[in-house]
Amino acid sequence: MNQLLPLIPFLPFLGFVINGLFGKNMSKTAVGLIGSGTLLASFLLTVACFNQVSTSGPIQSVLYNFLTVGNLQINFGFLVDHLSVWMMLIVTGVGFLIHVYSIGYMHDDAGFWKFFAYLNLFIFSMLLLVMGDNFVMLFFGWEGVGLCSYLLIGFWYTNRDYGVAARKAFIMNRIGDLGLLLGIFLIFKTYGSLDYAEVFARLGNGDTATITTICILLFIGAMGKSAQIPLYTWLPDAMAGPTPVSALIHAATMVTAGVYLVARCNGLYSLSPDALHLVAIIGTFTAIFAAIIGLRQNDIKKVLAYSTVSQLGLMFLALGMGAYSTAIFHVTTHAFFKALLFLAAGSVIHGMGGEQDIRNMGGLRKAMPITFWVFLIGTFAISGFPLLSGFFSKDEIFAYAYGHGGPIWWGLGLLTTVLTTVYMCRLLYVTFFGDFRGTDEQKHHLHESPKVMTIPLMILATLAVVGGFLNTPHFLHLGSAQWLAHWFSETGAAGSSVIPMAEMHLEESTEWALMLITTGLVLALIVALYFVYTKRDNLPVADSAQSSLARLIAHKFYVDEIYDFLFIKPTERLSKLFHYYVDIQGIDGLVNGVGRGVEGLGTQFRKLQNGNIEYYLIGMVAGVVLLFLTLFL
Amino acid sequence: MSLLFILIPILASLAIFALRGTAVRNIALVATLANLAVTVFCGLTFEPGQAEQCAFHLPWVPAAGISFSLGMDGITLLMVLLTNLLAPLIVVSSFSRTFDNEPRYYGLVMLMIGALNGVFLATDGLLFYIFYELALIPIYFICAIWGGQDRIRVTLKFFIYTFIGSLFMLLSLLYVYLQTPGSHSFAWADLVAVQLTPDAAWWVMLGFFLAFAVKMPVFPFHTWQPDTYTTAPMGGTMLLAGIMLKMGIYGVIRWMVPLSPEAWGAWSPIFITLAVIGIVYASLIAVKQNDMKRLLAYSSIAHVGLIAAGILAWNKTGMQGGLIQMLNHGINVVGLFCIADLIERRLGTRSLADLGGIAKSAPKFATLFMIIMLGSVAVPLTNGFVGEFLLLNGVWNYNFWLGAIAGLTIIYGAVYMLRAYGMAMFGETNTETARFADVTTREGLVLGTIATLVVVLGFFPQVILNVTDGSVNRILGAMQF
Repeated sequence: MNQLLPLIPFLPFLGFVINGLFGKNMSKTAVGLIGSGTLLASFLLTVACFNQVSTSGPIQSVLYNFLTVGNLQINFGFLVDHLSVWMMLIVTGVGFLIHVYSIGYMHDDAGFWKFFAYLNLFIFSMLLLVMGDNFVMLFFGWEGVGLCSYLLIGFWYTNRDYGVAARKAFIMNRIGDLGLLLGIFLIFKTYGSLDYAEVFARLGNGDTATITTICILLFIGAMGKSAQIPLYTWLPDAMAGPTPVSALIHAATMVTAGVYLVARCNGLYSLSPDALHLVAIIGTFTAIFAAIIGLRQNDIKKVLAYSTVSQLGLMFLALGMGAYSTAIFHVTTHAFFKALLFLAAGSVIHGMGGEQDIRNMGGLRKAMPITFWVFLIGTFAISGFPLLSGFFSKDEIFAYAYGHGGPIWWGLGLLTTVLTTVYMCRLLYVTFFGDFRGTDEQKHHLHESPKVMTIPLMILATLAVVGGFLNTPHFLHLGSAQWLAHWFSETGAAGSSVIPMAEMHLEESTEWALMLITTGLVLALIVALYFVYTKRDNLPVADSAQSSLARLIAHKFYVDEIYDFLFIKPTERLSKLFHYYVDIQGIDGLVNGVGRGVEGLGTQFRKLQNGNIEYYLIGMVAGVVLLFLTLFL
Repeated sequence: MSLLFILIPILASLAIFALRGTAVRNIALVATLANLAVTVFCGLTFEPGQAEQCAFHLPWVPAAGISFSLGMDGITLLMVLLTNLLAPLIVVSSFSRTFDNEPRYYGLVMLMIGALNGVFLATDGLLFYIFYELALIPIYFICAIWGGQDRIRVTLKFFIYTFIGSLFMLLSLLYVYLQTPGSHSFAWADLVAVQLTPDAAWWVMLGFFLAFAVKMPVFPFHTWQPDTYTTAPMGGTMLLAGIMLKMGIYGVIRWMVPLSPEAWGAWSPIFITLAVIGIVYASLIAVKQNDMKRLLAYSSIAHVGLIAAGILAWNKTGMQGGLIQMLNHGINVVGLFCIADLIERRLGTRSLADLGGIAKSAPKFATLFMIIMLGSVAVPLTNGFVGEFLLLNGVWNYNFWLGAIAGLTIIYGAVYMLRAYGMAMFGETNTETARFADVTTREGLVLGTIATLVVVLGFFPQVILNVTDGSVNRILGAMQF
């Protein structure tokens, strides 16, 4: 397996090269087959890896020495341990389903081949990110996925707004990347290496202040990539990209890279309570803030985008509580149900001929039964309907919030769940129930999507239903309790647990009580909201008819406008100011002034000079030539 | 062997001056390719362990200790590779334009290349100075004859500014020369052996710095540069930005610090701070530029500021990063100016506001531009990444805060380059850009070569790092601060 390891990322890379160079002249079937076929092969190899990791521990493989400068040595090397292989399964597995779906979704697009080339490049980058055996490899993947995100958000490049959204995503990510980069420098300075195995084996070498600085710098990177306050505003705009992109990059995989990073460095974070505290605060605040904004969005993808930001916040809450494997568990279930929701939304958009405003939908369950059912499953899963995937992963987060943080943290988590259930049920009921509110033309066009799209939806729906059983809480006595957490706690490359088991200090009765309160509330809401949002009077109103509070929320609390005022406008003003006043008039003016002064003095010597520089130059050349001649004579 | 690098282009230029017609283009191309072949040969036979190779030594004015001495270590080899790798690309991209009096143009280009090689190869202080000034003459004429609007004023300023800068270097060189024992010597090794008093070293380093800071240029000595880059013909801009500015950086490594190491402690905080200010300052200005060439000019100030800061930090990562970045910056900047020129030739404008939607009419061009742009933005696994990574690490090792501020370049670099790319390539086409023809075979060859280098050097930077590793160890080992 060690020799085959590089194939896992490089097969999709090959797909990128083939489709990128020749895709334009190939049939769409061939492009789709190469795009998804290479990924399927990667997935199967990953499954083989999974088996080997389970039986005989981490796999390592070095492809070549990327760079050696002094004692800084960086290999193009892979480390596949329990955490890596888990992320790889998600990336290649969910990624494959989304590729297949895209064959149908993008079928009529002129850039079909380019789309698949970019998707494969993304998978390559994402695999480097999770498979790398050192921080620089992580950084390769980290920036690589950012690039692919840029390319895919701006996929329909003739629309300038989409191009702007793409740029915003890239630049906001770069802000985070600077933090990550400085964190990497500090790790190297502190531990003398950037290899995971070496760094995590010498964690004790750093003092607490340094470790806290490292953790905060890395977390700045995570904020950018995983869209946390204050670097979250790019993600909703990223919905400009085709919907499969939103599902793959902006829900299931790339945006969880920040969670992966913190989980990967759990040893470091566990040594810094301050950093963990910061992670929990930012995560929780983001979770609630984004969920509130989600309440008043009318674009089907925007609701899901804010939902993603909010769910990522919950993952960081889990990380902040020291429950690293719980965060990865939620990454997993979220990948299932959020990819499902996005793809189902894509199916709706496909069926509606490009319409994304839920105020123009309604009653779609009749025309699109499969899409409806899978969307319903996704909605229930994210809300925490009993025994569906989100129920288990969220319940575990809240249990740790209560156990490690206290009732306040649990209450904030509960608030997020309530908000989540409200905006998701609103989305479900307004879109699929009631009467159709679109144009006659749309009504005529309305259709269920083809099988190539619905089959991936059904598979994801199945996963969204059963995914929670990967890690059931021990007090329910369902199968092998906390299987995933146990699995992650096995020995990794550094000689310690990949992710140590988090301790749970709660009484079983408390856990039962917490779970029942949450679940009861969610169920009640699901039922109550049905009666609210299937009534015509309660449907979302036109923008002009909004109350001022609703408008404040619908406009996302004007955060974009505030950023524009605080950062973008001043930068642009500074740019012009520096150019005209400092550069041209200031510095260059001074230079010219000195020049003129010298010229004034020079008038004395005018008789000796004719002012034509070319004559001097020729004189100079002649002089040098003479000099050289003396050399050879 | 090393004499060939100077002899081939100079002989070619003489032949070109004597000839007429299209033959001159071919002579120029063949000569640059021959130089590239010699470079590759030197690279393959290069022994990283040895200090000075391919030495060439002719006594010149023995009584005064002046000799025509050339020699090569890993750092020189890299600079020669930079020059002779870019030279054919610059010549071929010049083919796309017709010049009045072509023999004069190509002859001057070849002279310039000979002089540049001389600057990097010289191991005699005076010879270095002569080549350094000699390189200024052809580029002056290239800019003054074939430049754009206002070329005489702009070029004159460029000439006087850099010439005055070099005079300070001459003073420093002469001072150190006069401190050499016996009948004095300009040989590099003898100059380095001189022990200066801290006060003297302070002035010597300042003299060198003024020359090199103007040439690179480092803030606030940069104001000649945007005008000159914008006004110069494309080939001239490529020579200036791709190769000539590296004379200044090379000078810092080879001459400035080794000849006045006593003053490093006093000057380096000031120099590095200036360089870092320049990174942020020039990046900020680049953000709102509308003329592509001027935007690239300011971006070049930012990139060079980082290289200068990393090298002045005088540690292993900074030095290696600076060296590899000189090569990669040269490759990328030549590619980007080539792109700006291609657009200007097609549309008669470089104004970003007049562009848009070119990706739709010219997809191949869009892809090549994208790859080269990514190299310039230093995306990992492109050639720009390793240098920037090592340089930032070098500056950061010198001082945490300076490193963090210099790091802003990864944000601003993305801001102005993606803005330029977006304005030019994305959006709907207008009546002009709708007819934009995709790359021709010749343009495709140049940009394709550059794009390939961007990717290959991005994946395998160690090939280049190996070239300079031994020499860097030697130079850092001899001068530890």
